[in-house]
Amino acid sequence: MFYREAGDFKTSYVDDSQTFPIAFDRYRYYFVLVVAFGIIPFIINDYWANAVMVPFLIYAIAAIGLNILTGYCGQVSLGTGGFMAVGGYACYKLMTAFPDVSIMIHLLLAGFITAGVGVLFGLPSLRIKGFYLAVATLAAQFFLVWMFNKVPWFYNYSASGQISAPERFVFGVPVTGPNVEAWAKYMVCLVFVTGCAWLARNLTRGTIGRSWMAIRDMDIAAEIIGVNPLKAKLTAFAVSSFFIGIAGALLFAVYLGAVEVGEAYGINKSFLVLFMIIIGGLGSIFGAFAGAAFMVLLPVLLKNVLVGGLGWDTALATHFEFVIVGALIIIFLIAEPHGLAQLWKLAKEKLRLWPFPH
Amino acid sequence: MPDQFLFGVEVVLNGLMAGVLYALVALGFVLIFKASGIFNYAQGVMALFAALTLVGIMEGQVPFAHLINAIFGTEVHYFGWNVPALAAILLTMVLMIFFAWAVNHFVMRHLVNQEPIILFMATIGLAYFLEGVGDLMWGSEIKKLDVGLPQGASIWVEENTAFLGTDNFFGFFIDKLDMVAALVAAVLVIALVAFAQYTKQGRAMRAVADDHQAALSVGISLNFIWVLVWSLAGFVALVAGIMWGAKSGVQFSLSLIALKALPVLMLGGFTSIPGAIVGGLIIGVGEKLFEFTIGPMIGGATENWFAYVLALLFLVFRPQGLFGEKIIERV
Repeated sequence: MFYREAGDFKTSYVDDSQTFPIAFDRYRYYFVLVVAFGIIPFIINDYWANAVMVPFLIYAIAAIGLNILTGYCGQVSLGTGGFMAVGGYACYKLMTAFPDVSIMIHLLLAGFITAGVGVLFGLPSLRIKGFYLAVATLAAQFFLVWMFNKVPWFYNYSASGQISAPERFVFGVPVTGPNVEAWAKYMVCLVFVTGCAWLARNLTRGTIGRSWMAIRDMDIAAEIIGVNPLKAKLTAFAVSSFFIGIAGALLFAVYLGAVEVGEAYGINKSFLVLFMIIIGGLGSIFGAFAGAAFMVLLPVLLKNVLVGGLGWDTALATHFEFVIVGALIIIFLIAEPHGLAQLWKLAKEKLRLWPFPH
Repeated sequence: MPDQFLFGVEVVLNGLMAGVLYALVALGFVLIFKASGIFNYAQGVMALFAALTLVGIMEGQVPFAHLINAIFGTEVHYFGWNVPALAAILLTMVLMIFFAWAVNHFVMRHLVNQEPIILFMATIGLAYFLEGVGDLMWGSEIKKLDVGLPQGASIWVEENTAFLGTDNFFGFFIDKLDMVAALVAAVLVIALVAFAQYTKQGRAMRAVADDHQAALSVGISLNFIWVLVWSLAGFVALVAGIMWGAKSGVQFSLSLIALKALPVLMLGGFTSIPGAIVGGLIIGVGEKLFEFTIGPMIGGATENWFAYVLALLFLVFRPQGLFGEKIIERV
């Protein structure tokens, strides 16, 4: 009844090509923004920020990044953890080398550095395809983690081999270090998420996004109709790594504060982000958010129910979580291979006809 | 002969032995990939699960003891009997066949005609599921697996090779277990090849690998073949699990060895059984030699990534691997 195009006349090309052509969607989008920026920062507490909101926002950025590469450009990557490590360590080196520059600029620069590394590891994708590429990206994962472990320059020769974020301020409010308020963490991540999602959405519906999708659907055909595969694949790797790098930098600087590379950026992170985009939906920005929310909330929920509610010990709950995550992935793939985003799309189609479907 | 050279030879020999173990895991991948086009990420976890089950049955553990105790507040852990190794292996094999049937019946059958990437993701889900079930069933602590295989360095080899070098050289240090593993791998490969070449089921399996539809149209049951192939992969996983478990204990890191099998596959090609063996040997020798020669200069622990980088560089020049079928693309 409310969700329809009828009566919403587009009178200019700008109107016609807007992101949310349906008025209800537009208002919903503004509503989410208002809640996210205007209400949540005032009511958020430490538990919600650390357990739910901040990891959700950070993984949403990483999932958008991987979704660009895997969902839009069709290049499967298992190197996400390694690229996040590049972002984290780049951010650390920049923060300690240039203490006077704003942390926001460091986070962005960390993204650009990761983009460079991503392009380097993306080069083989011009020759290697499919599964072979997925395994090739594992090289990035293991090599990068090893490098950050073994080359002391990256962790400033600290005795523990860890990196820990020094205290930095944005507009006089601490955002990294030991004295960060929950809302400050949340706001930094939110600003980056909003920026990244906006950028990703507009990239994917423009020329470059279309060339990615052409490569995904059939690379030889795309080449014949004039898409440059070199450019398309490498830009996909660059943009994707840029987002993943920012996510890695945020994970280190804002969320964890101190990081041991094998633990924070291990192969498990690569799979976690991959699961997010599968469950959320390949090739959809909304899917990245939905998948990140799902994979962040599920362990919290299970922990609350099993450990808090039933009194099991945590080891048992962790094993159970593995079983449930594994089963859910299989169930999702069987029931809806295109993920939560597809369910959302179907719901919208239904809503459009509601309440008179015939 | 100079000692340095002999140490190098020893490294190569040990590399070959490690390579055999990689090849064992890789074999399971190849079997499933050839017959159904599924890239089975869960192969390593299957090895872990098989080894866990074997230890659990041998020691008479109560399955799901942890879970039962948590739910009912009981304190059961062991049945109090020990099962002989051979019987336990047979029981484990029965479980792996049941697992093969369950995978086919509940998962793969519903995913027919999906894109390969979706199937791949499904096996990742399967890996997680199986890992969780394995831990729930048998607990997650590191276990010792002892099925009566010989252990320790072979004195015979050491004594009979010591004369090659000077006084600093005490002969080649080779684990007996590694030699057994090499032998078992050789027997396994011969048996698999013989099975595929000379039995009715083996022929059907090759037919399915060639062309699903043609195989279906001459009356070969795809479902049966897929269960068969997954069972075979389960068997290979059991063998690999026994070998790795006897070598380094049954623990979670076993499933990471599956990841090591991936570069082996890339080198050898996804569709070739000899490729899996040769790839395994190349990777095993390569990483040990690299660690021996270059490793100390750049900080060591290069075994973590060397295999992947080697495979990556190799693929840039030969995208289908050593023995893989040439990739022909059509629009």
